[in-house]
Amino acid sequence: MTSRRYKPVAACLPALFVVISVALSASPVAAAPEDVQNLIKQGQFTQALDRADRDLVANPKDRKTRFLKGVALTELNRLDEAAQVFLKLTEEAPELPEPYNNLAVIYAQQKQYDKAKAALEMAIRTHPSYSIAHENLGDLYTKMARQAYDRALQLDAANPSTQAKLGLIREIISVGTKPGAPAAATPPAAAVQPARPPVVAAAPTPAAPPAPTPAAPAPAAKPVPVPPPPPAAAPAPATRPIATPAPAPAEKPAVATADAEDDARKMVQSWADAWSRKDVKDYLAFYARDFAVPGKTSRADWEKERRTRIDKPGTIKVGLSNLRIKVDGDRATAQFRQAYSAPGLNANSNKTLELVRRNGRWQIQQERVN
Amino acid sequence: MSRITPSLRRLLPMVLGCLALLVAGPTGAPTGLRAGVSDAGPDATLTLILRDIDNNKLDVALDRTNALLKAYPNFRLGWLIQGDLLLARARPLTTFGNVPEGGDRLRDLRLEAIARLKGYRNRPADTQVPRYLLQMEADQKYAVVVDTQRSRLYIYRNENGRPVFVADYYASQGKAGSNKMREGDNKTPLGVYHVTGFIPREKIGDFYGAGAFPINYPNEWDKREGKTGYGIWLHGVPSDTYARPPLASEGCVVISNQDFRAISGYMQAGRTPFIISDGVEWLSLDDWKSERTSLNATIEQWRKDWESRDTARYLSHYSKEFKSGNQDFAAWSKQKQQVNAGKDFIEVDLRAMSMFRNPGKDMVVVAFEQDYRSNNLSNVARKRQYWVREGSAWKIIYEGVAS
Repeated sequence: MTSRRYKPVAACLPALFVVISVALSASPVAAAPEDVQNLIKQGQFTQALDRADRDLVANPKDRKTRFLKGVALTELNRLDEAAQVFLKLTEEAPELPEPYNNLAVIYAQQKQYDKAKAALEMAIRTHPSYSIAHENLGDLYTKMARQAYDRALQLDAANPSTQAKLGLIREIISVGTKPGAPAAATPPAAAVQPARPPVVAAAPTPAAPPAPTPAAPAPAAKPVPVPPPPPAAAPAPATRPIATPAPAPAEKPAVATADAEDDARKMVQSWADAWSRKDVKDYLAFYARDFAVPGKTSRADWEKERRTRIDKPGTIKVGLSNLRIKVDGDRATAQFRQAYSAPGLNANSNKTLELVRRNGRWQIQQERVN
Repeated sequence: MSRITPSLRRLLPMVLGCLALLVAGPTGAPTGLRAGVSDAGPDATLTLILRDIDNNKLDVALDRTNALLKAYPNFRLGWLIQGDLLLARARPLTTFGNVPEGGDRLRDLRLEAIARLKGYRNRPADTQVPRYLLQMEADQKYAVVVDTQRSRLYIYRNENGRPVFVADYYASQGKAGSNKMREGDNKTPLGVYHVTGFIPREKIGDFYGAGAFPINYPNEWDKREGKTGYGIWLHGVPSDTYARPPLASEGCVVISNQDFRAISGYMQAGRTPFIISDGVEWLSLDDWKSERTSLNATIEQWRKDWESRDTARYLSHYSKEFKSGNQDFAAWSKQKQQVNAGKDFIEVDLRAMSMFRNPGKDMVVVAFEQDYRSNNLSNVARKRQYWVREGSAWKIIYEGVAS
């Protein structure tokens, strides 16, 4: 994630989620939107709005300025006007996730949860890895669940804390980024998933930032915002440009992930070995309790069928090559080429195993031939 | 959602799956499903939702739940499940009804979920009838059987004396469960009763919902046993809810207003049998028929022996524990001997006979219209008898005019 990739925007201190693009501090600065951005950053929303309006006279189509105007309007609680601005942006530039996200923020404040959900889903559709939209969607589901629970238990829904406040995005940083393009090659999952960004209630004074500023030392140790040349197919953890560099989990999860990857690799190899040994009991033990049995048969029938196949006379040899493991928390995907030989049958296939880790043990949840 | 959902999808199925396992019958599937016959309210959909969750189809489950709540907006258990399904998209669940401050209401909804699923999945098969409905008279169009263990109310139609399943519903009972003994014990009575009337909703207020059908607790046997209390009704629920918890009332049987209205048309004041059991015994039709035939034969023998004016033979049908009002067996025997001495002939016809087995105790409540003619007295009266099993024989332990 070089500074070129993300158009210049200033760091900001939102009231709720601390959203900081680490790359920003080094960015070159574009003139007009930057000023508006700064005013927003300083909490001077009225001035920001004035400035944006003035800039828009000269340059009415400028999306960044219009976006910032929407942010200022939201902060000034002029929600309907703000919604209009963002709505217009989503129509003009449906590839940008930020306007969708902010539209959702407004809908959620207005308790229009279904509309908020739809907007967030659009944000995620445009950018599958757009983390704040994921987090917002998670928050939204929690709020909706809360609402349902209140109805179930006849609780007083007037509790102010039940109002949904989702993370507003104050900058467009996805411009120019192709959705789903970059992905980190090093195990990014754990490193990029440092819990949820802390919820910060502090006033947005620029002087005393309640969270690590972009200059904080943490990013240096982290692979987070710098996606090296990637396997393009794995968009998930990649464009998480605004992930909060929470100080704690920088180092450790990466190590844990490496271990997890190693464990998963061993497990897959042992699975192939058990199969080759024709040790049915061992072989079946690699499959999770909730393994997605192929076809319409039951687990019992599937096991029976496997047993019959493997128990057939003659040697079986299962060789694996090009084994790739991708770990994401307690889930992992193993892809490899499988060379299977048994009396009367030699078959090479590309296989994918979906793994899940339970009690520290990796197990197969799904088995697919690609 | 590619990142968030999959790992979270694991937990909810486990949590709710446990619930499904908990309530699964021996076969795991409803045994008595008859498409189009029964209206089990939301329970059919509820079962499908749980199955979807079990199969990890949370999106389908949520769609189904949303549809269910459209049809039953006051179905609190549905909201609870919706809450879980939504929350599961945000974070892992640790329990069914994953809301920390739920307290008693949450516990009640969980119990309701179990009761509904259990009751729905363990419905009787077509070939089974409740043992209690031995014989309905022609005027008794329908019968009600309540199973307090399953929190279920069953409706049977009288088809030429044979009970035919019509519908079943989730039903709440007393806060303290069943087997009422005394006034204020918050329990639902067990026994053979009948509906005595109807109270419209205007007269009793919203708490009782669509209305009430009182039943004749305490009956003759209850009184003899010293049981107390009164005002046991079948009634509906307040308008702000679809249902009440399994253990909710002060002894009444409570069903949803919709269900109440559905069965109101079946109820006949003074006629409709209302039998409450804490575990309905189901018989095959063959067994049911043979019980019915043998009891009919016993009663026919009693009638014949009465006509024979052989007082000893007639009295052999009565238990030594017999009691009717102030009369015990000795007083009853003496009176019958005196009466029979003055008779040249006795003719007895029994009409419109019903026989209902009492849940638990080996006892049958028999009612009939008795047409009695003799040389010096004739009358027609509605009578009720309680027959009990003593050794291998059935004996009358109570006999009186049916109120």
